[in-house]
Amino acid sequence: MASPRSWLEPAVVAGSLAPFVLLGARALGGTLGADPVAELLNQLGLLTLVFLVASLACTPLKILLGWKWPIAVRRTLGLFAFFTACAHFLVYLVLDRELALGAVVADVTERPFVTVGFAALVVLVPLAVTSTKRALQRLGPRRWRWLHRLAYVAGVLGVVHYFIRVKKDTTEPLVYGAVLALLFAVRIGDAVHKQLRRSAARRRTLS
Amino acid sequence: MKLRPKEPPSSELTSEKLYLRRREWLKQAGLLVGASAVWGGSLVALMSRGAATPPDVELPVGPDPLAGRARAEPPADFDTDEPRTPFEKVTTHNNYYELGLRKTDPARNAGSLRVRPWTLEVGGELAHPRRLDLDEVLGWFALEERVYRMRCVEAWSMVIPWLGFPLGALVKRLEPTSRARYVELTTLMDPEQLPGQRDDVLPWPYVEALRIDEAMHPLTLLAVGLYGRALPGQNGAPLRLVVPWKYGFKGVKSIVRLRLVEERPRTTWNEAAPDEYGFFANVNPAVDHPRWSQASERRIGESGRRPTLPFNGYAEHVASLYADLDLRRHF
Repeated sequence: MASPRSWLEPAVVAGSLAPFVLLGARALGGTLGADPVAELLNQLGLLTLVFLVASLACTPLKILLGWKWPIAVRRTLGLFAFFTACAHFLVYLVLDRELALGAVVADVTERPFVTVGFAALVVLVPLAVTSTKRALQRLGPRRWRWLHRLAYVAGVLGVVHYFIRVKKDTTEPLVYGAVLALLFAVRIGDAVHKQLRRSAARRRTLS
Repeated sequence: MKLRPKEPPSSELTSEKLYLRRREWLKQAGLLVGASAVWGGSLVALMSRGAATPPDVELPVGPDPLAGRARAEPPADFDTDEPRTPFEKVTTHNNYYELGLRKTDPARNAGSLRVRPWTLEVGGELAHPRRLDLDEVLGWFALEERVYRMRCVEAWSMVIPWLGFPLGALVKRLEPTSRARYVELTTLMDPEQLPGQRDDVLPWPYVEALRIDEAMHPLTLLAVGLYGRALPGQNGAPLRLVVPWKYGFKGVKSIVRLRLVEERPRTTWNEAAPDEYGFFANVNPAVDHPRWSQASERRIGESGRRPTLPFNGYAEHVASLYADLDLRRHF
């Protein structure tokens, strides 16, 4: 018998590749618009945020609906967020700044917009590195979970990066911020709930 | 007599176990395809909200409102031999929030703008405040083709062949009083024609202004066309300001009102974010935008970046206007 839902992960991988296929087709077809570099940056940046939010939605979905399957694709979504962020940064580094490292360093150190985006990428690195089963065993589940809460930090940094990029059209970044806040609220609520249950249980055993 | 077909050898028979799994396998394959289509489709749909896929531009055909207008030679020292940005890029990459926030929106939405008849209201510190028909105004001046660099505050640039007349020529004809120190220009306010005005991303209508000496400078142009024909809606038809040494947002579009005033007017972007968009907004590679560097720019249609020049390369003509101004403070 095939393991239940063995189709799930390949489906998520295939679906997640779709936006890249589309971007590639638009690049080849010359339909990225008058400023193709800006379009690539915008699209890859937005896609990073979507993957990040999707990976952060897995645990709250399990908490709220009792579904277990989102946990099975959480790592895949997180890794897609990381690789998309890398692609976004590479477009900036190679196509936009043409490897002028002085300009890049100046951007990262002097412009909060770039600083915040770069910080988000840096935060994702340890998460990608420790995404294997072996790393989980080596770190132990408690430390691993603690480390991987950094994904929320990356999400917040990503939304801030997006928010300060736009001029006045702040709706879209605010929507992502609101979704992130909602996901975070579910987890806080769950933690508080568990804490209350634990202390109630302790009271029962004491009495 | 019927011949019984020969049975295949038992080695080729599908095992019972596999035979029973084929339905399971088909189901799994179907789920895989279905789920990847749903997930991939959702991602692509989310992305397309922000995507700027260029609309097809139709080259304008038919009678041109500017046909038959007198033409004049532009001053030779304003000209540039830099390659012109292609028409389809100039007309599909626009910041005109009244017609949509994405760069490609204005080209799609410009159909709602009705450019004739068009009234220009002139008032304030001038001899005869009145309402003028644009075609009457156009009768006063010969149109010049001016090929100018256009530098957007967002660090991209173009080279555009405008068609127009100097703002200074119009101001002079309106006989300003001695109290006229600034020229204020205002965009049409009409959410029917400019649907972006239904969203309050900026305080509408859009207002821009120049100091009177800037307005009188021969480089400063009121454009009514580009590439030899009347302006498309997305480029600010039928009348817009072009100040080539300033960031593009100074170039107020679809102008319906000109006022000469004594006090410095409030201008839209400066009011919305004073720390980011100055009143002067002179192109200056040494003064960065708080969120990005202004030292270089991406020329639309070119790969890579090119250095940004002080006053967008027009320093020899205009730097003297700001001799006693601290350009870091008055950015």
